[in-house]
Amino acid sequence: MTTADHAASNPLPGVSTTKFAFWLFLASEVLFFAGLISAYVLMRIVSPSWPDVSELLNIPLVAANTSILLVSSVTMVYALASIEAGDQSKLRRFLIATAVLGTIFVSIQAVEWVQLIGEGVSVSNNVFGSTFYVLTGFHGLHVLIGILFLFLTVYRAFRGRYTRTEHGGVELMGLYWHFVDIVWIFLFTIIYLV
Amino acid sequence: MTETAELSFVRRYVFSTDHKVIGKQFLFTAMGFFTLGGILALLMRTQLAWPWQEIPVIGKLLFGSGGNILPPETYPALVTMHGTIMIFFFIIPILSGALGNFLIPLMIGAKDMAFPRLNLFSYWVMVPAFIVMLASFFVATGPAAAGWTSYVPLSILKDAIPGSEMGQTLWVLSMMLVGTSSILGAINYITTIVMLRAPGMDMFRLPMTIWALFVTAILATFATPVLTAALILMFLDRTIGTLFFAAGEGQVILWQHLFWFYSHPAVYIMILPAMGVASDIISTFSRKPLFGYKPMVYSIMAIAALGFTVWGHHMFVSGMNPLLGLTFMTSTMLIALPSAIKTFNWLGTLWGGNLQLRAPMLNALAFVSTFVIGGLSGIFSAATPVDIFLHDTYWIVGHIHYVLFGGSLFGVFAGVQYWFPKMFGRMMSDGWGRIHFILTFVTFNLIFLPMFVLGGYGMPRRIADPYVYEMFTNLQGLNQFMTYALYVLALSQFILAGNFFYSLFRGKVAGKNPWKANTLEWTLDSPPPHENFEHIPTVYRGPYEYSSPLVSADWLAQDQYLDGTKPPEVMPAPAVSPAAGD
Repeated sequence: MTTADHAASNPLPGVSTTKFAFWLFLASEVLFFAGLISAYVLMRIVSPSWPDVSELLNIPLVAANTSILLVSSVTMVYALASIEAGDQSKLRRFLIATAVLGTIFVSIQAVEWVQLIGEGVSVSNNVFGSTFYVLTGFHGLHVLIGILFLFLTVYRAFRGRYTRTEHGGVELMGLYWHFVDIVWIFLFTIIYLV
Repeated sequence: MTETAELSFVRRYVFSTDHKVIGKQFLFTAMGFFTLGGILALLMRTQLAWPWQEIPVIGKLLFGSGGNILPPETYPALVTMHGTIMIFFFIIPILSGALGNFLIPLMIGAKDMAFPRLNLFSYWVMVPAFIVMLASFFVATGPAAAGWTSYVPLSILKDAIPGSEMGQTLWVLSMMLVGTSSILGAINYITTIVMLRAPGMDMFRLPMTIWALFVTAILATFATPVLTAALILMFLDRTIGTLFFAAGEGQVILWQHLFWFYSHPAVYIMILPAMGVASDIISTFSRKPLFGYKPMVYSIMAIAALGFTVWGHHMFVSGMNPLLGLTFMTSTMLIALPSAIKTFNWLGTLWGGNLQLRAPMLNALAFVSTFVIGGLSGIFSAATPVDIFLHDTYWIVGHIHYVLFGGSLFGVFAGVQYWFPKMFGRMMSDGWGRIHFILTFVTFNLIFLPMFVLGGYGMPRRIADPYVYEMFTNLQGLNQFMTYALYVLALSQFILAGNFFYSLFRGKVAGKNPWKANTLEWTLDSPPPHENFEHIPTVYRGPYEYSSPLVSADWLAQDQYLDGTKPPEVMPAPAVSPAAGD
C-alpha cells in the first residue's frame, strides 16, 4: 500500500506513514463533525420552540448506552495492549468484546429511534427532529463502519496477521474507535444533557 | 523498469498508480473543462453585449428551438456552471491535481506518492463527479442555477427556478465527490511531503511550489469537510425534507457561514499553488536566488491561517451583526500584509536579475502584476461600508477574475509551459507562447479592467439584461467592447492549444534540464521513468542557488555535491545521483 520503504529516513520516528495519514484523516473528520455540530448549536440557539429534551428523550437509556460505548473504548485499549504484549488470544477476545459492545450501542440507538419515530418525531416536522436524526445518524454511521472494520480486524487477528512488533492495523482501529467515542461524548452532552 | 513493461495498457495509462500519469489525467480533464467553462463565458458575454439577440454559430446548435436566442432561465444556469466548472473542475484540479501530483514526488526526491492507490482513487472519484455535473446539463429542467455559491433558499425551493429541480441535486452530489477527492488527495500530499523527502531535503530546502502545495493541502484537509457537511445538509433538505436551510424554521444564513468557511480558504487553495509556481519560475528566469525565501514561506502560512478567519467578509450584506462584520473586515485587511511581503519579494527577486523573458516567465510576471490589481481591489471590497455598495455589482466580478484569471490562470499558463518539457519530453514553441501571452494579457485587461468601472456605476451581477434599467443603458457600449475583447481572448487560446498539441508530438526534444534549473525534477530524464529516481538523490542545498559564486555555471543543482574546501569547480556528484544537466 505505501511507498514508505522508498523514503530514505523517517523524519518522525515511531510514526508510520499510514498512521500519520490516519491522523490527518481524523483531523478532517473532526472538521466534518464541527460543521454538523455548529449547525446544531446555531439552530438550537435561535429556535423559538425547542422541545424539552429531558422529557422527550429517554436519557437514562442513552446514558447507559453511552457507558457501553465508553467500556468498548476500554476493551479496545486492552486489545492493543494485549498484542503489544504478544498475547494473540487476548487480542481476539478484546476485539470481539469491542465489536459486540459497539453492536449493542447501535442496536439500542436503533430502539431509541424507533421509539421516537413512534412518538411522531420525524426529520421534517421540526428543526429538532432534523438536527437530532442527522447528528446521531452520522455518528451511528461512523460506529457501524467501525464495527465492520472491527470484524475485519478480528478476522485478521484469527489469521495471525498481527504480531508483537507488527500491529499497525490494531492501532489504527483503536484510534478510529476512540475518535468515534469522543465524538459521542460531545453529542451526548449537547443533545441530551444541555 | 521491468515492472512497467509487465503492466497492461489499462494499468499503465488508465488505472495507473504512477503520480505522473495521474497528474496528466488531471491536466487533460481540466483542459477539457476549461474549454467548456470558456464556452459558457462566451454565451454570457454575448448576451450582455447584445441581449436577446440571435447568437451566431452555436446559438442554432444550443437554442435552435427558441429561435437561436438564449432563454431567460438559462442565463443564471450559465453563471452558476461557469463558476462551478472553472473553480472546481479546472483551477483546483489543474493546480493541485495536475501540477501537485506531477511535481511533489519529483521535487522532493521520492519515487511516488505515499499512497499511490489512494492517489489513483482520488482521480477516479472525480470521474463520477465529472459525469454527474455534465449530466446535469441534459436534464429537462437544466443544470443548477442558484450561483456557484448555491445560496439558500433559492437552491432549496424546487419550484423557485427550473435549475433548483434535478440540476441542483446533481450539483450537490457532484460537489460531494469533488470534496472527497480533494480531502483524499490533500492527505496524500501532506503525508508525502512530510514523510518521503530525500535525505538532505529539509523543509526549508523545499521549492516554493512544494511549500505552496503543502499549505494548500492543509487548507483542503481542514476546510473541505465543513463544505461536505453543508452539502450533506443541503442534500437531506432536498431529499428527505429536513429543515436545516428551509424557509421558516431553517437557518438561511447558516448555509452562507458553512459555505464560506470552506470557500474562502478555497480561494487560497486556488491561488497559493500559483504563487509557488510563480516564485520558482521568477527565480529561474532571473538567474537569481528567490529574495527572502523564509519570509515567503511564512507569508504563505500566514495567508492560510488568516484565511480561516475571514469568511464573513463575503456576507457583509447578509445582515450580520455590524460588530462581527468589523472583526471580519480587520482580519481580511491583515491578509494584505503577507500578500505584500510576497509581492515585494518577487520584485526583489527580479531586481538586478539576468531576466530571460521566455513564455513561462512572461506569464509568471503577468501573475504578479494582475495579482496586485486583484489584491488591491480586494481591499475595497473588504471594507464593510464600501462593500455594501459594491457587493452585488461587477466590481466583485472584476476582483475575482483579476485574482482567479489574472492570478491563478496566468500561474497555470506559466506552470504548464515551464514543466511541459518535463512532462512530455519536448519543448513548447517559445515564439507562439509569447504571442499567446501578449494577446491573452492585453485582452484579459480589456475585459476585466472595465468591470471595476461597471461596478462603480452599480451594474448588478448575475443579471441577464441590465439594460432593462434605464440607468444602465449607457453601459452597453462598454459591455460590447469587453465582449469583443473576450472573442479575441478566446481565439488566442487556440494558439496555446495548437502549441500544446503540436509540441506534444513535434516539439524540439527537451533534454533533462532545458531551463538550467536547480530543483530535483530537472536531474531526471524527460519524461522521468516509472518510479522517477533509480537511486534516491542526496540534497545538499536549497533550490535557488542561481549565479552562485561557488561554481562557474549560473546554476547549481540541489543534489550537486561540492567539496567544501575547494569551491570554485563543479565537482562530480556522488555515484548515486548522476550529475544534473544534459
